[in-house]
Amino acid sequence: MKPILLIDFGSTYTKVTAVDPETPRILGRAQAFTTAATDISEGLGHALGKLEGACGKLDFSVKLACSSAAGGLNMVVCGLVPSLTSKAARLAAFTAGAKVIKTYAYQLTNADLDEITRSKPDILLLTGGTDGGNSEVILGNARALAKAGGNFPVVVAGNRSAQEECAGILGRDGRAVYRAPNVMPEMNRLDIAPVQQILREVFLRNIIRAKGLSRASAILDDILMPTPSAVLDALTLLSEGTKKTKGLGELVAVDLGGATTDVYSIAKGHPSNPNVLLRGLPEPYAKRTVEGDIGMRYNARGILEAAGAERLAEQAGSPPEAVGEAVDRLRDNPARLPQTPEEESLDRALATCAMGVALGRHAGSLTRVYTAVGPVDEQTGKDLTRVGKLVVTGGALVYSDALGDIVRDAIAMQEPVSLTPRRLACAADRGYILSAMGLFLRVDREAAMQLLSQYLGKDEFDAAV
Amino acid sequence: MGKTLVLGVIGADVHAVGNQILNYAFRDAGFHVVNLGVMVSQEEFIEAAIESAADAIVVSSLYGHGELDCQGFREKCDEAGLKGILLYVGGNIVVGKQPFTEVEKRFLDMGFDRVFGPGTTPEAGIAALRSDLRLEHDEADSAD
Repeated sequence: MKPILLIDFGSTYTKVTAVDPETPRILGRAQAFTTAATDISEGLGHALGKLEGACGKLDFSVKLACSSAAGGLNMVVCGLVPSLTSKAARLAAFTAGAKVIKTYAYQLTNADLDEITRSKPDILLLTGGTDGGNSEVILGNARALAKAGGNFPVVVAGNRSAQEECAGILGRDGRAVYRAPNVMPEMNRLDIAPVQQILREVFLRNIIRAKGLSRASAILDDILMPTPSAVLDALTLLSEGTKKTKGLGELVAVDLGGATTDVYSIAKGHPSNPNVLLRGLPEPYAKRTVEGDIGMRYNARGILEAAGAERLAEQAGSPPEAVGEAVDRLRDNPARLPQTPEEESLDRALATCAMGVALGRHAGSLTRVYTAVGPVDEQTGKDLTRVGKLVVTGGALVYSDALGDIVRDAIAMQEPVSLTPRRLACAADRGYILSAMGLFLRVDREAAMQLLSQYLGKDEFDAAV
Repeated sequence: MGKTLVLGVIGADVHAVGNQILNYAFRDAGFHVVNLGVMVSQEEFIEAAIESAADAIVVSSLYGHGELDCQGFREKCDEAGLKGILLYVGGNIVVGKQPFTEVEKRFLDMGFDRVFGPGTTPEAGIAALRSDLRLEHDEADSAD
């Protein structure tokens, strides 16, 4: 069988992987700078040139791609109550691989509408109300959005009774409007898989063209999805396995980038203690969160603010004032790699604090309530305390030789009420195998699983703690 | 669709049996019940009522701290835009043996529309809801 080409258009690099689906094995990998500003197929050409230089001429049967180039998929989400439909919409956007520019709740004000128009989202997700519940707010928001500027597509996934009317109002002036089932059809029940699928399709139809990626799509079979969405699919497969190949079980993954930090968990997250009461919106089994305020370079200041200067300084082994200045220097020179031992330990401290903060926000927490029959613990979010495996991918972590220390210190900085993992064995996705396999599994799940276990299998995990 | 009720046991109260009985009885009577279970805060009642566009909030309390837990509930509903929503409370809502008429008055003053003492049957609650929501006797039944 002919080889398959898998492409990941990253914000900096275009990565290509050639797979022989039969054996299965990876024939070769190469990367070149992404050329989103001019013509993205140029950078792809360079990467393919390098790949063929290493593997010889290849005749691909299928070419698939994912993309986070040109800023990835940027979304605005609107719901009704912040802890209910707004949160459900946010979770849906994250699992579809988006960055959420901002989450709105209740009726949109004129100031909100201005802000939305200015933020130029790729897609707006409009939700609100359970099925048969409140329709006034979502309808009001549809009317307001119809009048506001910007021609971004809107996906409507709110109260079933108001869907049709919302779509009608929004589509009047030729705006692209898509309908999906309600993200929260009844109280505290999430239904985000269908909207996730629709978001991918809209990404495919609208965003690719808008971002100058269409010339690449002429030589491709499909630009399938945003990269994080491919990564989430691959992690889910790695965790669950197939009928023939056993999966790794529940796991978490962290992608520490220059501007943002992504955390994934493939885990049920039910309380590990049967006496704990579960509160609030249930969270998806395959969950992704993006911390837009913390990243190793552009948002190094955000790490300092979230973790505290004292803690960052303690991790770096230098005084807080010096750390503050050093962090700002990094923010202003995002391409800088550590040159001195001080810079190296600062990078390690930043990675530790970013991972610690991001894991803490992703995982759930416990609150103790004293009742007439004694103390009762309430859990909100996912209990990940028993998850034992961590995959690190992308950016700053995969080549770190201090990964074990970073993970151990990130766990140590958690509050006792936090339900983050307590002990993690780690593996690093050095060859960007996750995004590639997230695409390949659409062709052949079994072969993709075999390759995943080859690169990120049981034996690849080093006990960190 | 039938009328929508938000149902739950308020505060740090873990009495689950009565809640299940009411849930069953109200559903059986044709209401659409959003049951939040036990240990429900005022905010959770209100948020659920907003999303589901509820017609009534039915609050249970069985552990004696109901008076403390229910204070300011009506004001919070008003603040959240649930103006005039039907608000019921019932159970062992106060500590000790106090005359029910006094207890009832205190909760009515707090803004509850109806107050039910210990030993109330689900049927009494259903009859009150039907009357307050202006349902014909069979209307809730035939809904759904």
